[in-house]
Amino acid sequence: MTTKDIPKKNISNEEIRFTADVHSNLKRNPNFKKLSQDDILYFQSILPSNALTIESDSNQEELMAYNVDWLRIHRGKSKLVVKPKTTAQVSNIVKYCNEKKLAIVPQGGNTGLVGGSTPIFDEIIISTKNLNQIREFDPISSTLICDSGCILEILDDYLAERGHMMPLDIGSKGSCHIGGNVATNAGGVRYVRYGSLHGTILGLEVVLPDGTILDNLSTLRKDNTGYDIKQLFIGSEGTLGIITGVSILASRRHKAISVAVLGLNSFENVQNAFITSKEMLTEILSAFEFWDDKSLKMVKTHLDQSAKFPLDEYPFYALIETGGSNKDHDEEKLSEFLETVMEKGIVKNGIIAQDNTQMKSLWSIREGIPDAGMKAGSAYFYDISIPIPVMYKIVEDVISKLKNAGLYGKPVIDVHGFGHVGDGNLHMSIITESYSPKIINLVESCINEWTEKYKGSLSAEHGIGLMKSKILENSKPKVMVDIMRKMKYIFDPNGIMNPYKFFPYQKYEELKV
Amino acid sequence: MSNLKILVGCKRVIDFTVKVRVNAQKTAVETANVKHSLNPFDEIAIEEAIRLKEKLGGDVVKEIIAVTCGPSKSQEQLRTALAMGADRAIHVEVSDESYPKLQPLGVAKLLKAIVEKEKPNLVILGKQAIDDDASQTGQMLAGLLNWPQATFASKIDINGESLKVTREVDGGLETIGSKLPSVITTDLRLNEPRFATLPNIMKARKKPLTKFTPQDLNVDITPRLETISVTDPPTRKGGGKVDSVDDLISKLKSAGAL
Repeated sequence: MTTKDIPKKNISNEEIRFTADVHSNLKRNPNFKKLSQDDILYFQSILPSNALTIESDSNQEELMAYNVDWLRIHRGKSKLVVKPKTTAQVSNIVKYCNEKKLAIVPQGGNTGLVGGSTPIFDEIIISTKNLNQIREFDPISSTLICDSGCILEILDDYLAERGHMMPLDIGSKGSCHIGGNVATNAGGVRYVRYGSLHGTILGLEVVLPDGTILDNLSTLRKDNTGYDIKQLFIGSEGTLGIITGVSILASRRHKAISVAVLGLNSFENVQNAFITSKEMLTEILSAFEFWDDKSLKMVKTHLDQSAKFPLDEYPFYALIETGGSNKDHDEEKLSEFLETVMEKGIVKNGIIAQDNTQMKSLWSIREGIPDAGMKAGSAYFYDISIPIPVMYKIVEDVISKLKNAGLYGKPVIDVHGFGHVGDGNLHMSIITESYSPKIINLVESCINEWTEKYKGSLSAEHGIGLMKSKILENSKPKVMVDIMRKMKYIFDPNGIMNPYKFFPYQKYEELKV
Repeated sequence: MSNLKILVGCKRVIDFTVKVRVNAQKTAVETANVKHSLNPFDEIAIEEAIRLKEKLGGDVVKEIIAVTCGPSKSQEQLRTALAMGADRAIHVEVSDESYPKLQPLGVAKLLKAIVEKEKPNLVILGKQAIDDDASQTGQMLAGLLNWPQATFASKIDINGESLKVTREVDGGLETIGSKLPSVITTDLRLNEPRFATLPNIMKARKKPLTKFTPQDLNVDITPRLETISVTDPPTRKGGGKVDSVDDLISKLKSAGAL
């Protein structure tokens, strides 16, 4: 079976199995209250009617949108979504839920990739979609303060008008909320230039699990007074509190941007091109992504935008973006770099975008790979940190093992690799005709071997959520995992904040110290 | 099959995706530090010339020349045209100060002078530039040369000296016949321009580029029109929401619409 024969997959919401049924070993914590009419009356007394979605016959589809994740793999049974507009409202809601022991799932744009943003049982969903005000921007210090429900792309557009940009960029930018980005310590395509949210977040406003508002919305670049508690919330995936406000260091928007896509004959050449780009482009390099020919075929088959992309005979492609303040300076550096890699035979051919429309078109190929995979079949995404020299060997090994087991071709339609070469971060997608534990087990044990051997990570940037909760104990030393458990208990003794996730398939008692 | 020598017009314009702003003096649109690119319809014109060469062969299409009238930075657009496949380029250089006042009639006269020098038998221009939306240069050039013109082309067929061009007009599609030499202007659906690939971008640097000034060509480009002011369109006033049909009817009545 070739990628031409891929059946397109359209699954209805009702066909998605409840997560509680798929993960039948998870039991609903009996200490959690079940939502009652009294609770609904209370919420109705503190929130306007348009801030509540209460389960009824007429709003099943609306509720489904919150209960089902972007991957269309996880489906919860929440009967209530609350959409507060202010931090005070969030505090009120959480305080009440803590007193009554009602479980909560904080949810931003619901674009997470590890099942961390949707309920398992009947947890109340607290959505940040109405926490959407931009509070303040200071162009001298380049600091932006905003509500946590602001959509990333909207923040970037706002900053664009002020000569700035957000220091992160991910494919879901049109839907994801900055609060969710912080809660998952999102990475993205500009990480190679701007680094992690752990560096660019200057302050947070968080509602703690007992309703207390923790206000650390500083705009200071430097402040060495005490433990840096805000770092705990970055990447905490909604288990320690709900982020309601964000203070972030914006970057100056580039006056000159160039995008080039290169065709290469081997992954070793991808690596060499990356090393050369660091040597010759250095401070103007703002992105270095790669994808294999199978990823390109998937995008060409399922999405329109790559129709006129002329390079298709290479096994690997790299997208390089440069950003700087001087067009002539950057173009000279880029020309020299491209001449060098062509002369040395590292790069066989390439395209340079001639205008903004072409730049968007080239980026849309890279950004479209996950979407294309979802259209092709059941898509399973793996997100691995591993040294660059062995990065693609994992993909080759997985394919070889699937072939040996007679699974490659049918039911496995495709295995393709792409990702942030610059950060040592591989994304691998397994596309199958249908979910199969046999395939997943084979793939995962293969990946585990590689990450153990090379001390890599099984979740470079997507986080743990529900899907990867098994890996925490194997990823970090026991001492660290115990400290994490203790902290969770300090913040959330009732365990109401995003339960059943993050910590490995825990029964609720084991979380207590 | 007779030989074709094709002249293609290129204009440097603010990039299509940029959000344009009026300058503080309200005399023009702000162009400083703003991304510029090749006018999209001109990109289509270059692409069409290259496709004609690919279809009819290098023995028929002898040469594709890209020409621009603009400031020194316009050479970037010529490099794009060369990278796509034009054989050589001509830059009619105009100072940064006089470029905003260069109008279609002036450009048509400059192009006429180039046509008289180079003697192409086919001139392909974009139907209009996305900054002034004038849609005049092609038509004026044909008038000055006394050549036939086929504007808003969505399909071009050449057979010997005969031309068959399908035009996009308000009523639909109109097909006209004409003869070389001719002026054609391109519309959006004529083709989808190619990306410039690295080997071609590098080859383009060695392709010849000749420079002229309007004085060299004996052309007077003094503007005939003066722009008095440029303003934003009035901001849209917000609407209101109504709760019922009765409410809608009463609001329409008080607005005088019913």
